[in-house]
Amino acid sequence: MPTSQAVVDEHAHENPALLHHFATEGQQKNAASLGMWVFLAQEVMFFGGMFCAYLVYRYKYFADFGSASQQLNIWLGAINTAVLICSSLTVVLAVRAAQLGKRMALVFWLVATIFLGLVFLGIKADEYAEKFEKHHVPGAHFSYHELLPGQEKLPEAERQYANPHHAEMYFSLYFALTGMHALHMIIGVGLFGFLACMAWRGKYTPEFYTPIENSGLYWHFVDIIWIYLFPLLYLIDRHR
Amino acid sequence: MATTDGPDFGERENYLNAGHGLKSWLLTVDHKRIALLYLISITFFFFIGGFFALLIRLELLTPAGELVQSDTYNKLFTMHGQVMVFFFLIPAVPAVLGNFLMPLMIGAKDLAFPRINLLSWYLYIIGGTLMVYTILNGGVDTGWTFYTPLSTEFANTNVISAILGIFFAGFSSILTGLNFIVTTHRMRAPGMTWSRLPLFVWAHYATSIIQVLGTPVVAITLVLVALERLLHLGVFNPALGGDPLLFQHLFWFYSHPAVYIMILPGMGIVSEIVCCFSRKRIFGYKAMTLAVVGIAVIGFLVWAHHMFVAGISVYAALIFSLLSYFVAVPSAIKVFNWTATMYKGSITYQTPMLYCFGFVGLFTIGGLTGLFLAALGVDVHVHDTYFIIAHFHYIMVGGMVMAYLGGMHFWWPKISGRMYPEGWGKLAALIVFIGFNLTFFPQFILGYMGMPRRYHSYPPEFQILNVLSTAGATILAVGYLLPMVYFVWSMRYGKPAPANPWNAAGLEWQTPSPPPTFNFDEQPVVTWEAYNYDGIGEIPEKEREEVPVAH
Repeated sequence: MPTSQAVVDEHAHENPALLHHFATEGQQKNAASLGMWVFLAQEVMFFGGMFCAYLVYRYKYFADFGSASQQLNIWLGAINTAVLICSSLTVVLAVRAAQLGKRMALVFWLVATIFLGLVFLGIKADEYAEKFEKHHVPGAHFSYHELLPGQEKLPEAERQYANPHHAEMYFSLYFALTGMHALHMIIGVGLFGFLACMAWRGKYTPEFYTPIENSGLYWHFVDIIWIYLFPLLYLIDRHR
Repeated sequence: MATTDGPDFGERENYLNAGHGLKSWLLTVDHKRIALLYLISITFFFFIGGFFALLIRLELLTPAGELVQSDTYNKLFTMHGQVMVFFFLIPAVPAVLGNFLMPLMIGAKDLAFPRINLLSWYLYIIGGTLMVYTILNGGVDTGWTFYTPLSTEFANTNVISAILGIFFAGFSSILTGLNFIVTTHRMRAPGMTWSRLPLFVWAHYATSIIQVLGTPVVAITLVLVALERLLHLGVFNPALGGDPLLFQHLFWFYSHPAVYIMILPGMGIVSEIVCCFSRKRIFGYKAMTLAVVGIAVIGFLVWAHHMFVAGISVYAALIFSLLSYFVAVPSAIKVFNWTATMYKGSITYQTPMLYCFGFVGLFTIGGLTGLFLAALGVDVHVHDTYFIIAHFHYIMVGGMVMAYLGGMHFWWPKISGRMYPEGWGKLAALIVFIGFNLTFFPQFILGYMGMPRRYHSYPPEFQILNVLSTAGATILAVGYLLPMVYFVWSMRYGKPAPANPWNAAGLEWQTPSPPPTFNFDEQPVVTWEAYNYDGIGEIPEKEREEVPVAH
């Protein structure tokens, strides 16, 4: 850890992006980057509370949650996973373009990221609409009458159905987790829209592209949340 | 380095006269001005919370519920808790003194993110406004803990607006913590190594870790409670198979470490003051730094001791009981080291030091009674009695508020550029100490005798102790109003303060009082260890003179 970052650099104040209370650009960039990582640590704990609740109930009501999980469309989930992984690539390419000072390429990759984010949100909206149609949204109109996993192979008289209360808890957690994730996606899309405008005006240079890099970190974090949500919500107990 | 001795008001530009008008305050990014914005806001909420406390004590003056109905009483203690915890105790020291002093102590021009600092104040104000709305709209009666299913299913008071208010205050606290962590890592002056940092900075660093890692958990938990009320999501609903214990785990995962958010900054203050008024280097600097970090880390592993009678597994209870004992070790190290610092020191008895004596004694009582509660058998006996109330008020009021007041007196010359009246200061410190003990010591006995918390009436044999407690609360209120009055008085009529009235060793005293907007006229370079009192003389005689108390 350098302890003398604040050594006054006589030339530093020529950069208009350097804020008054930093001594050097390096100090400013390091501070912004550490700030983003600390913020993401906070985000991990924020989602962590819901993941914890999900894991407790998944363990407690394993078969019922398995039944409810089979109501999700695995193909839409898989496509969305692929879309998000691609958007992580476009973000990295945007950061690369900013490092190289290629303004048009930066704008292009930012817009591509926004596009992929919107595709994800569109598919998610379609999935939500299906839940409303099937009355799988928790609340007064919730209804659920589905078999436990693996029961369809048995003769009809011996089949067991999932507990609708536990299925309602599954969908509560499904909406809480994916809803909070979608909210983060919407914030990310808005952020990239702002950055794309700024990039178009040529605000970012190879010397100053910290907002692009830190927003990229945020986007990767939101992707990683989905990388955990997809198997937890869609895939467990799917093989039977 | 500018170490002007005489008062130089009107000539030198400082952060107070750098800009005028409301706009220059509401849009400021100067950490010192934001600290003052926080000071005004938390003082407002302190007196709101204190008002509820006085109503509670008034009601408990007589055994029968005569002043308020039980429903109203439920609201009173709920809002007393919520206002005091989320809108006073948690932000008090970090957002006021921490905000003001962190950059000064490490030789920086500002916190790492000045605009985020301002944003955190606005989030606090949004949260505070929602809390005031909650109060004016009839209050909330779930207890400050929002236990489910009471909060999700049965309470028909303003649960959602209270939750929203606390949610915003929580994010204000997270952003303050984030700012302090980055500032400590990235903004230190040349030569200000980690082993030269004042313990005040270490304490705030440890506090910030708890704020950043703990607060989001309670934030999302309360959001889930609000969604359960609003949209009927069923996460904690027992009718669907939801587990109220899960809520309690998630709630205390933050809310136990939150007591360390309240006490660790106070410990930082005490370390500064004890060294200054003993004219000695702190005893065991390294042990003190490890102790604050140790408290922050172990503090995350003890939360379920709030749930010993809630039906958790007996094996889990054993482990949590043991871990709760462990957290006493670093706390005891701190108490021993403050005492050892005072040993053979040249102690002088200025107001800040009086508050520190109060802190060390009361924190020790609060901490040791905490061990009673960590013991599984004793906890079953005194759980949810006034013993608990007395215990945590010894930590939060006897510890944290004492430290806060001590710190306010110690740094008031730096903040305002004026000296407070020393005689009145000592008198107020004495009143606070007497009032505090008279209020809360009887509650230990009441609790041990079995008086439960959260009831507005009680058997007549408990009345004498309750009357003593109410009398103490009245004295305590006078003790809190006094500093408020003479601080405001001193802003205009106080003796102008020199740069370093206590001849203290910290960097914050190496710049004029009040400091200029960018803190130091030239970039400080640190070549000495913290608390370098060997090379510094005594406290100047003129500051030791007592101003006689008017009779």
